[in-house]
Amino acid sequence: MSEHVDIDKQVRIYFLVFGALMVGTLATVGAYYLEVSVPVALTIGLFIASVKASLVACFFMHLIDEKKIIYWTLALTVAFFIALMALPLLTSVADQVGEFAEVEAHEPH
Amino acid sequence: MEIPYTVEAHPETGLNNGKIGIWLFLTSEVMLFGALFATFIMLRIGSDGNWAAMQAEAELNIPLATLNTAVLIASSLTMVMAWASLMRGQLGRFKVFGWLTVGCGGIFLVIKYFEYTAKFEHHHYPESSTFLAIYFAMTGLHALHVIGGMAWNAYFTGPGSKLFHTNRQWLTDRVEHSGLFWHFVDLVWIFLFPVFYLL
Repeated sequence: MSEHVDIDKQVRIYFLVFGALMVGTLATVGAYYLEVSVPVALTIGLFIASVKASLVACFFMHLIDEKKIIYWTLALTVAFFIALMALPLLTSVADQVGEFAEVEAHEPH
Repeated sequence: MEIPYTVEAHPETGLNNGKIGIWLFLTSEVMLFGALFATFIMLRIGSDGNWAAMQAEAELNIPLATLNTAVLIASSLTMVMAWASLMRGQLGRFKVFGWLTVGCGGIFLVIKYFEYTAKFEHHHYPESSTFLAIYFAMTGLHALHVIGGMAWNAYFTGPGSKLFHTNRQWLTDRVEHSGLFWHFVDLVWIFLFPVFYLL
C-alpha cells in the first residue's frame, strides 16, 4: 500500500466492496437453486467466487496498489498453482485416453 | 543491534521486512490449500459419479454456511476499518474494530462447531466417506487458520496496541500484515463455500 493514501476514499471503497461481496454471496446461493446442469453450475459458482476473491485481493489486501516485487512473487505462485491444478486434470485425461486405447485394441477389426 | 527495515522500506524492494515476510508466507499458504484443492479435484473426478450421493448423504447445512460466509466477509470489513482507524490515529476506534474482527472469528467458529456437532450426531465422520474426509480436512485446516488469525489480531488489539504510543507506524504496519493473513483466510472460505456446499 502506498504511503500517501486518502483514507476517507479508501473507507468508501471498503464499504462498496463489502456490499458487492454480500451480493456475490447471495448470487452464489441463488445460482445453486437454478435448475442447470453440473458443468454450468460449476462455471457460474466458480466465476462468482473468483470475482469475490479478486475484490478481496485487490481492495482489502491492497493488491491494486502494491510494489512490483509482490506482483512478481504472486505471478510465480499463480504459475505453480496452475501447474498444481493441472496435474489431477491431466492424470484424468491420460486415464481416459488409456482406457480408450485399451478398448480399441480389444475390438475385432 | 537494531534490526533494519522494520518500519522504513528497503531501498531495493520498496517494502519493509514484515510486508515481504507476510506475502512470502501467504504464497506458501496458496500452495498448501492449492494441494488440497488439487486433491479435492482428483477425488471428485475419481468418484465414478458417486460424488453427488456422498454430498447429499453428508447433509451440509447451506443456510448456516451462508451465514458463516457473511460473518467472515463482515470480519474482513472490520479488519480494514481497524487498519484505517490507525491510519487516522484513532486508537479507540482501532480497538473497537479489532475486537469486532476477533468476535466475528469467534462467531464463525461457534457456527462451525454446531455444524460439526450435527455431523457427529448423525455418525458422519471423516472415515464415513471420501467427501466427508476432504470436507473435514479442508474446513478443519481453515478453522485452524481462523484460530491463528484471531490470536494474532487479539494480541495487536490488546497488549500489542501499546506500541501505538511509542511507534505508531510500526503498529499500523503490523495490523496491515495481520489483516493480509485474515483476508487470505476469508479468500480461502470464498472458494470452500461453493465447492463443498453448493456445487
